[in-house]
Amino acid sequence: MSTQDWATLSNQAVAAATVVFALGCLAHLAEWAFGRRVDAAAPVPEPAMVAADGVVTQRSPATPRPAAGPDRSDLLGRAGLSLTVLAFLLLLGGVSARGLAAQRVPWGNMYEFATTGLLVATGVYLVLVRVAGVQWLGPIITGFCVVVLGLAFLVYVPAGPLVPALHSYWLVLHVSAAAIAGGAFAVGAGASAVYLVKSRAEQRTSLDARRGYLWRLPSSAAMDRLAYRVHAFAFPVWTFAALIAGPIWAQYAWGRYWGWDPKEVWAFITWVVYAGYLHARATAGWRGRTAAMLALVGFATFLFNFVGINLFGSGLHSYAGV
Amino acid sequence: MSAGAPALPARQFLRWAWRQLTSMRTALLLLLLLAVAAVPGSFIPQSKVDPLAVATFTDRHPTLTPVFDRLGLFSVYSSPWFSAVYLLLMISLIGCIIPRTAVYLRAFQARPPPAPRNFDRLPASASFVTDRPVADILGSARQVLQAERYRVDVDDGTLRAQKGYLREAGNLLFHSCLVVVLIGVAVGSLVGYTGGVIVTEGEGFSNTLTQYDEFSAGGLFDATDLPPFSLQLDSLRADFQLDGPQRGAPRFFSASGDYTARPGDDPTPFEIQVNYPLKIDGTSIFLVGQGYAPVVSVRDGDGDLVYSGAVPFLPADASYTSNGVIKAPDAEPAQLGFEGFFLPTAVVGADGVPFSAFPAAAEPVLGLFAFRGDLGLDDGRPQSVYVLVRDRLRQFTGDEGKPLRLLLQPGDSASLPGGYGTISFDGLRQFAKFQISASPGNSVPLVAGVLAIAGLVMSLTIRPRRVWVRARVEDGQTVVGVARLDRMSGADLGNDVATLVGSLQTDDKPRQRIS
Repeated sequence: MSTQDWATLSNQAVAAATVVFALGCLAHLAEWAFGRRVDAAAPVPEPAMVAADGVVTQRSPATPRPAAGPDRSDLLGRAGLSLTVLAFLLLLGGVSARGLAAQRVPWGNMYEFATTGLLVATGVYLVLVRVAGVQWLGPIITGFCVVVLGLAFLVYVPAGPLVPALHSYWLVLHVSAAAIAGGAFAVGAGASAVYLVKSRAEQRTSLDARRGYLWRLPSSAAMDRLAYRVHAFAFPVWTFAALIAGPIWAQYAWGRYWGWDPKEVWAFITWVVYAGYLHARATAGWRGRTAAMLALVGFATFLFNFVGINLFGSGLHSYAGV
Repeated sequence: MSAGAPALPARQFLRWAWRQLTSMRTALLLLLLLAVAAVPGSFIPQSKVDPLAVATFTDRHPTLTPVFDRLGLFSVYSSPWFSAVYLLLMISLIGCIIPRTAVYLRAFQARPPPAPRNFDRLPASASFVTDRPVADILGSARQVLQAERYRVDVDDGTLRAQKGYLREAGNLLFHSCLVVVLIGVAVGSLVGYTGGVIVTEGEGFSNTLTQYDEFSAGGLFDATDLPPFSLQLDSLRADFQLDGPQRGAPRFFSASGDYTARPGDDPTPFEIQVNYPLKIDGTSIFLVGQGYAPVVSVRDGDGDLVYSGAVPFLPADASYTSNGVIKAPDAEPAQLGFEGFFLPTAVVGADGVPFSAFPAAAEPVLGLFAFRGDLGLDDGRPQSVYVLVRDRLRQFTGDEGKPLRLLLQPGDSASLPGGYGTISFDGLRQFAKFQISASPGNSVPLVAGVLAIAGLVMSLTIRPRRVWVRARVEDGQTVVGVARLDRMSGADLGNDVATLVGSLQTDDKPRQRIS
């Protein structure tokens, strides 16, 4: 296949992924809508811990499971998840084909970074579905992917070679680490957002009024734990991307490792806010809702750095290609 | 302190202030304050990042500029208020690290903490009854837990175990390394230097202060420390995308020539590319830009050659529409000055205005406006070679009194009206913009940064855990209680307890064999 063929294939795959994400999002929204009529499932007890004569008391909060029996809401949830898997594979194909079309790693401009970042976010989500059962993040992840992919078409540039400033293997290290951290931050922000909704509902809804989709999700404490774990993974990766690999590359390319370029400033701000989040979770009066809001602020600064600084800012990181 | 409150003694107040400053809450607030304080510097042009943008801003906002200036908003990251935030944060950090290190060292040497009285109150616990003697059970538990790298201590029918000590070690390592990074950056900025210079093809540069177009150095830098190298630029290569939607995008830049590390050495060839600097004696030479330098000669009214050479024109856009100035102070009867533009691939637009359609020099055109009079070079005030001070200059006019515009292609020459002289566009060269800098000691923040990440990963992934096993004889049987505490949330403690209980129970068999 010629590079042009790969480029066409990439565009088709990314467009298809967008459509499938949209269908997945609709399925999850329908799951939520149908779930409104369903009673909260009684929490399913954890499997017995100890056989024989042992007595085990287990005090960790039991996770409510969806009601037994394949009701319509469950079916839609599974459809949403399957569509997300399909969209992930399409996006994986699209990003790979883009690399083959451009004959380099596909991280040279805004469009490419957006598609790769979403690929990571979806990948992290799907892994977490497998190991931690986080289907409850489905609506927010698929919705985010649809919106960002839609916007990514606005900054689309055809596949092509890189500008000289990007001719470096640090492109692979610096940008991939930033994309991995960004994808994980997106999942963490999703978890923190759902946590905020759920914890508010837990405060305001009396026990007997707890029916509907939201009450079939795990407890807000479990969501908070998951959000923390995702952030605890993303934060060191971001530290490496923004504060180690970035400065090393800047030293080679521009002769200084840190110069307060707008992109650097906002990468630093993102780092500081997430550092604040990690500390807030260990500080009385800040843990819980305030910490979760800090996580959302952190993700907002990341998005602003990616969108705002790329499109409207000036500086050395002007690789948007638009 | 309010007036009514009894004044705290100074020592007590200091202690209170210190405790406030080093509290987590204060550190958190300072951290967020640092994030907020960093914001304005990304919107307001910074004189250290983009001095040209600051100058443009100053022209456009004459009323705001003095206010911004006073607030240090053009150099946010060295302003007193920004420094205050990060210095406070650093003090708070150090004030947190030192006592925590002491606590950690004590805990590291101490025995694992004693068992709580009531295991049922812990998040995960279990109990079972067995025939095995107390010492046997505790011995097995010790074996199992030591294999899981717990530190185990047994006395008086109770086993206490703890692991995950490295979590706090990683935490302390991370925070200490941050301090080292900050100190390393601060010291590095005192001893390093950085400068910029434009070198045209066929010309040279020797590393002395006077040769730099711009230069800045840290407070401890001594200009005599500049390594005495010199270099000669032979050619500059600039490739651009020729076709497709990204036509005109830069693709490859390289500068090549010879350098001598110290006077008298043999010249060594070099090639500098973007991302691949030349290193000489701890100084690095980076290719940070390039552009065109039309070769012009100016003859004055008497026919004497008063200027000849390549004049760098600074690129202003992606198509390398470039601006520059030519000064001929020796011209008679009046000094001559030219200000204008260079278009590497000139195309005349629909409105009759020429513009550059492509960054490579396919159809080069030099467009100049001409001036005569006093260039202002004699009053001793320094002047930029890229700016024409027009105060005492008169512009040449052409037809209908409009400013005279000369459009020259290579080989062309033009005469100024009134017999003031001629100018010719003899040829075209390229120039390289080099950034020359030394940042000694930058391996300190690098190593500290890498260690910081290692510490960070340790502190985020290692889980400190405690296990207690208590065994006592009751009615001829041994009642065993097991409890586990994880100081980080989210662990599946129940399973861990179950596994331990399971392994203690299955050990029944060896005991039976012995008996």
